[in-house]
Amino acid sequence: MRKGIVQLVAIGVVIGVAVTLVAVLFQWLPESASEEFDRIQDLYWFATWMSVVIFAVVAAVVVFSVWKWRVPSDDDSEGPPIHGHTGLEIAWTAIPAILVIALGIVSAVVMSENGNAKANALQVTAIGQQFAWRFEYPDQGDFQTGELVLPVGQQAQFTMEAVDVIHSFWVPNFGQKMDAVPGIETTILVTPKRTGEFAVICTELCGLGHATMRAKARVVTQAEFDAWIEEQRA
Amino acid sequence: MTATHHDSSHQEFPAHFEPPHGSTWKAFFGPGLIRGAWMAVAGFGIGALLVMALRAWWGWDPLWITEVILVVGGMVLAPLGFLAGIGSFDYWLHYISGRPTEPEDHSGHGARTWKDYFRVNTDHKVIGIQYLVTTFVFFTIGGLMAMFFRAELAQPGLQFVDSQTFYGLVSVHATLMIFLFIIPAFAGLANFAVPLMLGAPDMAFPRLNALSFWLLPIAGLMFVASFLAPGGAFGAGWTGYAPLAEGQPLGQTFFNMGVQWAGASSIMTALNFLVTIITMRAPGMTFWRMPLLVWANFTTSLLVVLATPFIAGSQFFVMFDRIMHTSFFVPEGGGYVLGYQHIFWFYSHPAVYIMMLPGFGIVSEVISSMSRKPIFGYRLMALSLLGILVLGFSVWAHHMFVAGMADWLRVPMMITTLLIAIPTGIKVFSWIATLWRGRIHLTTPMLFALGFVTMFVIGGLSGIYLGSVPIDIAASDTYFIVAHIHYVLFGGSVFTIFAGVYYWFPKMTGRMYSETLGKWHFWLTFVSFNATFFPMHYVGLRGMPRRVFDYEEAFGDLNLFISIASFVLGASFVLFVYNMIVSWQRGPIAEANPWHARTLEWQVSSPPPIFNFDEIPQVVGGPYEYGVPGARHAILNPGKEAQREAEEVHA
Repeated sequence: MRKGIVQLVAIGVVIGVAVTLVAVLFQWLPESASEEFDRIQDLYWFATWMSVVIFAVVAAVVVFSVWKWRVPSDDDSEGPPIHGHTGLEIAWTAIPAILVIALGIVSAVVMSENGNAKANALQVTAIGQQFAWRFEYPDQGDFQTGELVLPVGQQAQFTMEAVDVIHSFWVPNFGQKMDAVPGIETTILVTPKRTGEFAVICTELCGLGHATMRAKARVVTQAEFDAWIEEQRA
Repeated sequence: MTATHHDSSHQEFPAHFEPPHGSTWKAFFGPGLIRGAWMAVAGFGIGALLVMALRAWWGWDPLWITEVILVVGGMVLAPLGFLAGIGSFDYWLHYISGRPTEPEDHSGHGARTWKDYFRVNTDHKVIGIQYLVTTFVFFTIGGLMAMFFRAELAQPGLQFVDSQTFYGLVSVHATLMIFLFIIPAFAGLANFAVPLMLGAPDMAFPRLNALSFWLLPIAGLMFVASFLAPGGAFGAGWTGYAPLAEGQPLGQTFFNMGVQWAGASSIMTALNFLVTIITMRAPGMTFWRMPLLVWANFTTSLLVVLATPFIAGSQFFVMFDRIMHTSFFVPEGGGYVLGYQHIFWFYSHPAVYIMMLPGFGIVSEVISSMSRKPIFGYRLMALSLLGILVLGFSVWAHHMFVAGMADWLRVPMMITTLLIAIPTGIKVFSWIATLWRGRIHLTTPMLFALGFVTMFVIGGLSGIYLGSVPIDIAASDTYFIVAHIHYVLFGGSVFTIFAGVYYWFPKMTGRMYSETLGKWHFWLTFVSFNATFFPMHYVGLRGMPRRVFDYEEAFGDLNLFISIASFVLGASFVLFVYNMIVSWQRGPIAEANPWHARTLEWQVSSPPPIFNFDEIPQVVGGPYEYGVPGARHAILNPGKEAQREAEEVHA
C-alpha cells in the first residue's frame, strides 16, 4: 500500500504542476490600473492556489483509483465493505470549512478597504441611458461629457444613475463594477494608479444596442485633468 | 369491486383500450389528441370572446388587444382546453359530477404500443419515458439555438442575424435548457426510478403525475413559439430583469406565461414525490435505508415546493406591469426595481440546487454500483443534501453583489455562499472515497459520473471565486459567469443526466445500449465540452461581457475556437441519439440486473412488470451492502418466501 500512496502523490503532483502552469503561463487578468484591483488580484491568487490544490487532490484520486482498481466487465467480485471513516469525514468537513472561512475573512477585509471613501474623493456621476454613458463632475462645474477623465492617484467616487433600464458600469482594468438602477443611486470607488486609456463597458443587458454601449476612460496627471476641466467649463 | 363490473367496464369504455377505427364519434369526442386540438381552439375562442365582451361592456376601444387576448385565450384557456381534451381531468370530472368512476380501470397503465406514449397515461414508468423523450427533444432545439448564436459569435460584429434575434436565441436557449431540459429530465428519471426503489407499485397520485407531464410541452411550445410573435422572441435573457422585460415586445409574455406552466408542472411533481416518499415506502424501508437518489429527490422536492411560487410571482408581476398597468417594478409609479431581482433569485438560486441535487443522487447510485462498494459515509451524504437545502435558501443575493442592493447584505450572503462548499465538498470527497479499493467497471454511465465529479469540482471552484464579493465585482456579468454556469449545469447536471439515462436504459427498455458508441459519446463530449467552456473563463476575466453579439477584435480568435468546439459538442450528441434509437429497437436483450446493483428496481425484470412487484417487498437492510456476506437490501416476495420456509420446516 505504501507504493500505492507514493504513486497517488506522484499523480497528484503531476496534475498540480499541470494546472499551475495553466494558471501562471496565461495572463488571466487584465493589467491592473487601480489600487482596488490590486487588492482584488491578491484575493484572486488566494482562491487560485486553493483551487489548484483541491482540483489536484480530487483528480488524482479519480485517476489513480481507475488506473489501480479497474476490473474487466465479467469480474463479479465485490469491493471491501467500507462504510465510512469518522476521522476522514471530520477532516474533509473541517479543512474546507477553514479554507472558505479564511477566504471569507480576507474578502471582507478587501471589501472594506475597497469601500473606504475618503473625504476628498473626486465626485463623478455616471448616467446610463440606452446606449451611451454620460459623466458629470458636480463639484467641478455644470457640464456633461461622453468621455470619462480621471486624475491619477486621486480616489474617485462614482454615483450611478439610470434613465431607462438597468445598466452596469465596468472598466476591466479598474476591476470595479456597479449597476446603474432606475429609481435608486448606487456608488463605487476607483483609485486609478497609472495613466492610460481604458474601456468603459456596459455589462448588464440593456436592450438591442447593449453590445455597443461603450465609452472611453482616460487616466491623466492632475495637471492635465485640471486643464481638461477648464476646457469643459468654457 | 366485483369481477363482473370489471369486465363490463371494459365493454362500456372500449375507447380506453383500443380506439375502434371508423368510429369518428369516439375519435372526435373521446379523450385524445384530436379532442385536445379542438378544445384548445375552443378555449382560445372563449378567452378572446370573454375579453372582447368585457371591453365592449365597459365601452373600451379597441375591442381587440392582442397581448391581453393572447394571455387570457392563448396562454390560459387554450392550454386548459387542450388538457381537458386529452383527458387529463376526465376521472376527476366524473367524480365531481357524481357519474361512476372506474377505480379498477387500469387502461391508462403501461404502454403496449408507441401510441400509448401520446395519451394521458398514469403509469410512472411510461410518464418517466414521456418526460425523457420530451426533454431531449427540447434539449436538441435549445442546443441548435446555441450553435446558431455561436456561429454568430465566431467573429466580432453581426453576420447572420439581427440584434433582436440574437437576444431571442440566447434567452430561449437558456430558458429551454433550464425549464424544459434539466429540471424535467431529472423529474423523468426520478419518475421512473423512485417508486421502484421504494418498493411501491406507482406514485402516490398517478393522475396528478400524468397531468404534471402534460403541462410541460405546453410551456415548451410557448417558449419556442415566441419566435413567431411580432417583434421576435423574448430577448431580456432567461433572467428577464425588470424594467427591461417590461418594455420588450410581445414575445416577453410567452416567457412570463410559459414559466407558469413549467413551474406548475414542477410543483405538482414535487408534491407527488414528497407524498410518495413519505407514505409509500415498502415495509422496512426506513429513511436511513433509502437509496441516495430517493434522498436527493426528497430534498429537491422540498426546494421546488418552497421556491417555485416565487418565480411564478415575479413573472406574474412583470406581466401585470405590462398589461394591467400596475407598477411593481416601475420606479415612476412607486415600484422598486431591485424587488424583481430579490424575488427572482429567491427562486432561481435554489433552482441551481433543484438542477443539481437529483444529479448527486444519480451519481451516488452509479458510483456505488460500478465500484461494487457501499457509498462512503452514507448518512453524511444524506445529511449534506439537507445542509444544501437549508443553506440554499440563504444565498440568493450573491447574484446581486453588483446590483446596488443594501450594502450590509453582502457579507452575510458571501459567508453562507462560501459555506455551501462544505456539504458539497463532503459529497465530492465521499464519492472519490467510494472509488477507493472498489472493483471499478468503467462503463458509459460510470465515465459520465466520473466526468461529472471532475467537471463539477471546476464549476464549484469557480463558484468560490464568485462567492468572494471583491472577485465577483470584477468577474460578474462577464463570460466568466457563462463558463461557471456551464461547468455546473453542463459538466454537472447534463453529465449526470447522461449517466442516468445510460444507467437505467436497460431497465427502461429491456435492451442494452452500445457500450462502444457510449464511450465515444463520452470522450467526444468531455473533450469538446472543455474546449468550448474553459476558454470562456479567460475571455471573461480579460474583459468580454456576457450577452453581447459584438466584441473586441482581440477576442476574435478565441471566440472562433470556442464556436468550432461547440459544433463538435453538438455533433457528439448525434452519437447519443443514434445509440438510443437503434439500441431501443434492436439492442441485445438486457438481463434484469446488468450492473449487479442492490437497489430494488434491479431486482425485478427489465422492463419491470406493469405494477412493478408481484408482492410488496420487505426491506431488511441498507441499499449498498456490497462485500457484506449474506447482506440483503430486501426480500422481494416476502409472502412466498415465508411459505417456502414453512414448507421446508415441514419437510
